[in-house]
Amino acid sequence: MSDTPLIDARGIVRHFGHVQALQGADFSVGRGEIVGLVGDNGAGKSTLIRILSGTDRPDDGAIFVNGQEVHFGGPQDARAVGIETVYQDLALAPDLDAAANVFLGRELLKPGLLGRLGVLDNSRMVQQTGEAMVRLGVTIRPSAEVFTLSGGQRQSAAVARAAMWATSAILMDEPTANLGVKQTKGVLDLIRRVRDAGTAVVIISHNLPQILEITDRIVILRLGRSVGQVAASAACVDDLIRAMMSGVLRRQAT
Amino acid sequence: MSGPSEPFGGLEPTTGLRSEERSVASTLGRLRNIFRGQSAALFVVLVVLAVFFSALRPDAFPKIANVMNMATNASILIVLAVGSTFVILTGGIDLSINGVLVFSGVIAAMSMAAVGGDNPGVLLVGLVCGVGAGMVWGGMNGFLVAKARIPALIVTLGTMGMSLGLALLFTRGVDISDVPDSLVLTVGSGRMAGIPILVIITAVVFIIGTLVLRFTRFGRYTYAVGSSPEACRRVSIDVTAHLIKVYMLAGMLSGLAGYLSLARFATTTLSGHLTDNLQVIAGVVIGGTSLFGGSGGMMGTLIGVIIPVMLLDGFVVLGLPPFWQQIAVGAVLIGAVYFDQLRRELRSR
Repeated sequence: MSDTPLIDARGIVRHFGHVQALQGADFSVGRGEIVGLVGDNGAGKSTLIRILSGTDRPDDGAIFVNGQEVHFGGPQDARAVGIETVYQDLALAPDLDAAANVFLGRELLKPGLLGRLGVLDNSRMVQQTGEAMVRLGVTIRPSAEVFTLSGGQRQSAAVARAAMWATSAILMDEPTANLGVKQTKGVLDLIRRVRDAGTAVVIISHNLPQILEITDRIVILRLGRSVGQVAASAACVDDLIRAMMSGVLRRQAT
Repeated sequence: MSGPSEPFGGLEPTTGLRSEERSVASTLGRLRNIFRGQSAALFVVLVVLAVFFSALRPDAFPKIANVMNMATNASILIVLAVGSTFVILTGGIDLSINGVLVFSGVIAAMSMAAVGGDNPGVLLVGLVCGVGAGMVWGGMNGFLVAKARIPALIVTLGTMGMSLGLALLFTRGVDISDVPDSLVLTVGSGRMAGIPILVIITAVVFIIGTLVLRFTRFGRYTYAVGSSPEACRRVSIDVTAHLIKVYMLAGMLSGLAGYLSLARFATTTLSGHLTDNLQVIAGVVIGGTSLFGGSGGMMGTLIGVIIPVMLLDGFVVLGLPPFWQQIAVGAVLIGAVYFDQLRRELRSR
């Protein structure tokens, strides 16, 4: 990645009272790249993701998106520059169908007077959801209510929703927690297809073998600082554990 | 070289991402959607009851006069139930509807008496004041539930007492019977093409409520807030504002119901609506709207309100003690909630 990174966070500081969650963390992700964010509990992974997704604000440091400095006042500001987040709890409404969930908060209204009365354009939302599902290789009927879906399908629906709206990056917190082997594979394949379409993907996971399998590059956080990064192809689980615990990588990659 | 790939998570042989390519729902499917689940079963119950009572008393039950009588008896409850369906779909409850109904009726009567005379303008003043009074109570309920985060059960129990108490205070406990004659003769007991105007107004309210719930963003957010408030907050839906609007809607419909009650009985009926809230909630819940929020609908509510009304009428026509109705409705209510609970347990597996 020689050109400007898509998201570039520099010297991010965040403290809660006396607790230093982040003490000058640097992090970047480029277009069409999957970056893993690993670290022990309390290393600041979740805080960093919350800051990048606009749900929390840094006390110091700067975030650049496409080379432009941004200041997120809330998640809607991050979404406005094309950053979507898939939360661990998925944040889907189980009683609504997949299309309604994909368009939740961004509903399409009918044209003209009916639209001004707040009438939904359900057929257009179902159609666009169906097209996105096909594009992403997800086989979920747009009219299927979320509670009827399996765990893997729900996860896929949440990723597909993010992919549909993310014009720059998707942030994912433990995207395959609680999934079976086959379902996990389906979700990982989906994440690769999202990356191949040119979207930047950031993944937090405690599952180190999986991080090595899916990501292109891994950033290690320790005590609120980024202590190194490594190409996924040049590392093994022991390297990551050592870096998370001691802050020293055996084989340092650029 | 990537690390050793270990099995992640459990080893259950799930089908994973199944191919579920299906054609778009047919018209038949859409029709079925309207009557899906519990409301389909309820519709059958309603028809069976009607056939049963008609077979036993063909000379009395299936007569137009009796049907109109049942429709009139159900109408004010249905107006209240439309509002309560929205509230219960958000996972809330509104116990104050009968208090607000009586309060709004008193305000409507007092405002019309204050203006004086008997013309359409006066009737309109009464309507606006009655509905406005209901809206204020509803707004207060919504604010206390959504903003102050006090449980809806407690908030609306409190405002029920307050609204009833204020109505009694304003009237010194004596019903106001100074109601414009034209209101009683048109809205209260008038007919259009043989159908009571009260029933026509109720039908209009019900149809608008159904359309808003099924086809608008307001309806979609009502289901979404009841299904997962957290999912709504994550996508920047203002959950607090939506809840306040929903309780205001319920309050406004209680106000309208108060105005209709005033027209029907030509008096404020201070003590005539003591159990309306419980009857309405029972109807909505029997109709399949979940007390946990997120699922249900208007068609079920309509049938859920009509079944108890028909049972009461049927028992009276058959000469049975009408007290049986309360017993039957109570049992059906418990059964309906148990059924909903089972459904939720099944789907969370």
